Amino acid sequence: MKTSIKTTLACALAGVYTVPLHAASLAVEIELPRIEVAEYHRPYVAVWLQSADRQTVRDIAVWYDYKMPKEEGKKWLKDLRQWWRVSGRGQDELADGVTGATQAAGKHTIQVAATHPALADLPAGQYEVIVEASREKGGREVLRLPLAWPAQQAATAEAQGESELGHVKATLTP
Amino acid sequence: MKRLIPALIAAALLVPATSLAHDRWLEPSATVLSGDDAYITVSAGAGNDKFYYNHNRIALNNLVVTSPTGKSVQPENEFEGRLRSVFDVKLTEDGTYRIALVTDGGIFARWKEGEANKRWFGKAEDVEKNVPKGAKDLVVSERVDRIETFATKGNPTDLEPVKKGLALSGDTHPNDLYAGETAQFVLTLDGEPAKNLEVEIVRDGSRYRDAVEEITVKTDDKGRFEVKWPEAGLYWLHADTKDSKTSTPAASQRSVSYVATLEVLPQ
Repeated sequence: MKTSIKTTLACALAGVYTVPLHAASLAVEIELPRIEVAEYHRPYVAVWLQSADRQTVRDIAVWYDYKMPKEEGKKWLKDLRQWWRVSGRGQDELADGVTGATQAAGKHTIQVAATHPALADLPAGQYEVIVEASREKGGREVLRLPLAWPAQQAATAEAQGESELGHVKATLTP
Repeated sequence: MKRLIPALIAAALLVPATSLAHDRWLEPSATVLSGDDAYITVSAGAGNDKFYYNHNRIALNNLVVTSPTGKSVQPENEFEGRLRSVFDVKLTEDGTYRIALVTDGGIFARWKEGEANKRWFGKAEDVEKNVPKGAKDLVVSERVDRIETFATKGNPTDLEPVKKGLALSGDTHPNDLYAGETAQFVLTLDGEPAKNLEVEIVRDGSRYRDAVEEITVKTDDKGRFEVKWPEAGLYWLHADTKDSKTSTPAASQRSVSYVATLEVLPQ
């Protein structure tokens, strides 16, 4: 997690100094519901941007057990089924700024600066911010938030999960 | 009861060329994998219902496992039980593994001696001393069978075309199948399009529904066919054909069959 915070911070700082003020940024709020089960494991979560034709796919965050010995945590990445299909399986190593540790139940916000690889040089068009969660000995859920890029004005999209995800919201600031 | 037994034996012998009338399959524990070292376990069986081990195991003598880079992979922990055979495959490379039971050139003969039906399986060179020449209703077939499945670690990779017998190719990768989507396949025979052949597709779990719910499609004149997957599951895909392209003069016809097990994932 340290790595990811540092990278995000670096990106944010870089944004302040090198990117004109009108550069847009994206905030993704993710609520992981508290689930009362005997054996609870924090879910694997993937957040990514995807164009309607799937031609453009940009990872925003992948939370998994990346510190397990022998990279054993990777064994279950395929359970983020849609993310694995459109993005994960095509990568040898996940990008530093994308990988993070699994998170506890509660609300989490991912700030994506304009300079983040997910947004930098993103072609104009209609996208979805997709949030997928998969939990060991639990279920899986995917939520899709429509998003037009670039933002002409502030825009939000939200969705309410029913099982593995709570309230999820994407806010685009021009 | 005593009088019944000969009748039953006769009836049993009437079962056509195939004990072979039983469906056969490979059942992989997973087809989509991530991580560095991945293992799957695969079961092989023959039975009346797809994926139900209710008749016999399949011998693993003809098991061929091929890695994404074309290397021959040694299966591990082979086991033959009464009702099924089992083996493990370690996937070390990224890409698609082909796991196949390949019968190439086995001979099957049937004929009549009086009223009795006779059958013989074996190799081409043994036909002469086991099968009476000019026997009544004698049919000697050469068998080219392939029972296979696929498993992918990481990104799916292209599969080497199969040069002999029936096989699956096409635009859709066999480890990239999702419910509600339409797969576009090509059936090939000796590497060429297999035209106007019927393809039978059945989802697993038939015990827990009333109907088999088979999907039947026909290949077009380019060997193409499409399947829209109604739901996630393990699917048994089958086609067969006969022709006269035998590789040995001992056989008068060639009997070719193909089975693929495909996993369709939820969206």
